[in-house]
Amino acid sequence: MPLVKGSRIAADTFTRVEDDAPIPEQGAVLVPAARFLADAAELMQRAAPVGVIWPNNMDVSELVPYLDKLALVALVFPIFRDGRAYSQARLLRERYAYRGEMRATGQILRDQFVFYLRAGFDAFDVVKNADAAAFEETAKRYSVFFQPTGDGRLTVARSRLKLHGHRDPAAKRVTV
Amino acid sequence: MYLYDEFDRTLLTERVSEFRGQVARRLSGELTEDEFKSLRLMNGVYLQLHAYMLRIAIPYGTLSAVQMRRLAHVARKYDRGYGHFTTRQNIQFNWIKLAQLPDAMADLADAGLHGMQTSGNCVRNITTDQWAGVAPDEIEDPRVWAELIRQHVTLHPEFSFLPRKFKIAVGASDHDRAALRIHDLALRMHKNGAGEAGFEVMVGGGLGRTPFIAKTIKQFLPVRDVLTYIEAVLRLYNQYGRRDNIYKARIKILVHDKGGEQFGKEVDAEWQNIKDGSLALDKDVIADIATRFQYPDYEKLLDNPPELKAAQADARFATWHANSVSRHKQSGYAIVTLSLKPIGKPTGDCTADQMDKIADIADRYSYSEIRVGHEQNLVLPQVAQRDLPEVFKALDAIGVATPNVNQISDIIACPGLDYCSLANARAIPVAQEISKRFAEPNLAKSLNRLHVNISGCINACGHHHVGHIGILGVEKNGEEFYQISIGGKADENAQLGTLLGPAVPYDDVVDAVEDLAEAYLALRERPDELFIDTFKRVGVEPFKERVYATR
Amino acid sequence: MTSPLQQKIKIAGPSVVTANRLGDGAVVYRTARHQWTTDIADAAVVSNATAATELLTPAKADGINAVDVYVAPVKLEDDRILPGNLREQIRMRGPTIELPYSYGA
Repeated sequence: MPLVKGSRIAADTFTRVEDDAPIPEQGAVLVPAARFLADAAELMQRAAPVGVIWPNNMDVSELVPYLDKLALVALVFPIFRDGRAYSQARLLRERYAYRGEMRATGQILRDQFVFYLRAGFDAFDVVKNADAAAFEETAKRYSVFFQPTGDGRLTVARSRLKLHGHRDPAAKRVTV
Repeated sequence: MYLYDEFDRTLLTERVSEFRGQVARRLSGELTEDEFKSLRLMNGVYLQLHAYMLRIAIPYGTLSAVQMRRLAHVARKYDRGYGHFTTRQNIQFNWIKLAQLPDAMADLADAGLHGMQTSGNCVRNITTDQWAGVAPDEIEDPRVWAELIRQHVTLHPEFSFLPRKFKIAVGASDHDRAALRIHDLALRMHKNGAGEAGFEVMVGGGLGRTPFIAKTIKQFLPVRDVLTYIEAVLRLYNQYGRRDNIYKARIKILVHDKGGEQFGKEVDAEWQNIKDGSLALDKDVIADIATRFQYPDYEKLLDNPPELKAAQADARFATWHANSVSRHKQSGYAIVTLSLKPIGKPTGDCTADQMDKIADIADRYSYSEIRVGHEQNLVLPQVAQRDLPEVFKALDAIGVATPNVNQISDIIACPGLDYCSLANARAIPVAQEISKRFAEPNLAKSLNRLHVNISGCINACGHHHVGHIGILGVEKNGEEFYQISIGGKADENAQLGTLLGPAVPYDDVVDAVEDLAEAYLALRERPDELFIDTFKRVGVEPFKERVYATR
Repeated sequence: MTSPLQQKIKIAGPSVVTANRLGDGAVVYRTARHQWTTDIADAAVVSNATAATELLTPAKADGINAVDVYVAPVKLEDDRILPGNLREQIRMRGPTIELPYSYGA
């Protein structure tokens, strides 16, 4: 399963640690949510990066105390039709100002790339090689966006106002 | 009319190009059916019993003459020469080939039409009153708000994979012509004590297996807050709506489980986080959308001009005028309803030739504008009264002037088992037989306003729960049976119908409806007491006795 | 006529395997030689669950020529194969109503 990061296929530097396995001394680790919450104090002391796999039925506000130190939050799409993690992603990025890597995992397919990007994801565990290879092209599929999200893309409403000679309300803070 | 600009056109072009690629990947086998199904559904493509069906959105029910001609073109070139107008201000083509769908969509996109979000678990086509902008009793044109919402939810990155579909309707009149209270979310514009316009917000309405009338969660929402508030509702629904059981996944179940008051509190809590954020509506943004709705430069005309008075001598015209023509907000003008319920024909169907002619008539007499209502009829929203005699002749010549609007033969019916892969029983032939039984104009007229709604399965696309007479097709041991309910209504006093008794076989449905009509005639207190009011006064029992006395 | 798309194989009488053709959605039937035909007369008729599974499994695996594959009942009359219920009749013959425009097949 190829990882796409920075618009291209990249090596995954994180090691997944199961619930009952010991945490390696060295190297970046990706830990399930329950394990993370149980051992949070210890994990936060690590010098190497720590990431968490956060299921789509847990409230992301629980992560707030750790967001400064988390290197990766992996959100889960168990099937691509289950869109709960889109809300989690926007809340993490836009309400809780999380700036680390946010990875889409699970049933990650080409036709959702634009949605993921707009919701704030910047890394993708893509199921199919062909989809991963098509990432860059697919991400450019759309040039028209209606919703102001944390991705900073110019919305149609703002473009129109500029076009029609109104003052630009751009300065307004994006909040979700 | 709302004028599409370069942004709208670019989006549609990009969408068609994406869909063309998806179809190619499916036909080559790169995509499995399961992967492709969601993608085609998000473009309004279903696989029905005989072929693919393409559903095209008609946002808030407004079509230009140019768009109507384009629908005719698609019907002719890619389909079998007709389309079917639905209860959600959409049109469906029943016989499209998968490989040709991208071309059909490209042709539609040229006229600003598309199938985006007409299916799938996303926010569907935003609907409203088919008389929006011309109704005498409206506060302001609700389409401005519907358009703001439409744009905001188009390809929404957070809400395109909801637990289930999400239907929004907007109304701004005292009388609800948009069936607001059976929507997942509805906005009803009204004025507060200070005379400011705002919205009553209702959530959790819907029909189907578990019907509910929507609950009011906000009595008065200032207009600037429309998008932030909807965002808060959708965010709660996306995260907490049930995904374990498709029959419990609509927001109505979430709202019902929590209770309207509690749900409203949770929405408010989420809303506080975002209400002053970037989605709060600037006056400039509202004005920018509003200025792109073009209104006719109405002439100064008087009501009841001599041409109209003279034409009343013709009995056929007078009957049609009394039935299908309604008061306009502008003096000297009228709203004309085109019945797509000719006696004995399928409900809501329109041929390509009819579409072209209707477009011509709209160009000539209605400022090039046509509306689609949830009752599956069309509307010419702005006809000068002096032109009504000619308009009648033109409409009559193409079979869309049956004077049965709001009468017993003005039936809402889903496609049923004749087309739909979900159906358990047929709906169209039942509607045809009922309309034939009550074809005699004086009989139909004597029954006053009487809505018959028919669904071919529990999903209730034919709105049977809210018909004055509701008919639901079920299957028993391989035979078609029909459950009949009475007393439902979809207006501002919306309520669900009451089941009459055991289901009747296909051959008995029309007789049972006739029994109900006869019972009504015998029970009503005055000739102008409506069926629904008689029901309210006497209850279900006398009707039940009549229908089952001989069965 | 509960949606037959997810039914378990339980056969009450003679049955065929049917689906919709991917390209145009047309109704097709599985032949004894494991191909698709639009003519029910050429369909393989099975009458027990084992035979039905043998016909159905490769048909379902063919994800490119036909979709929504399932087992449907038929009636056999004078050696003719007829649809076994109203839904299947409508799938084979088209809507029971007169269409606004009548077109050839």
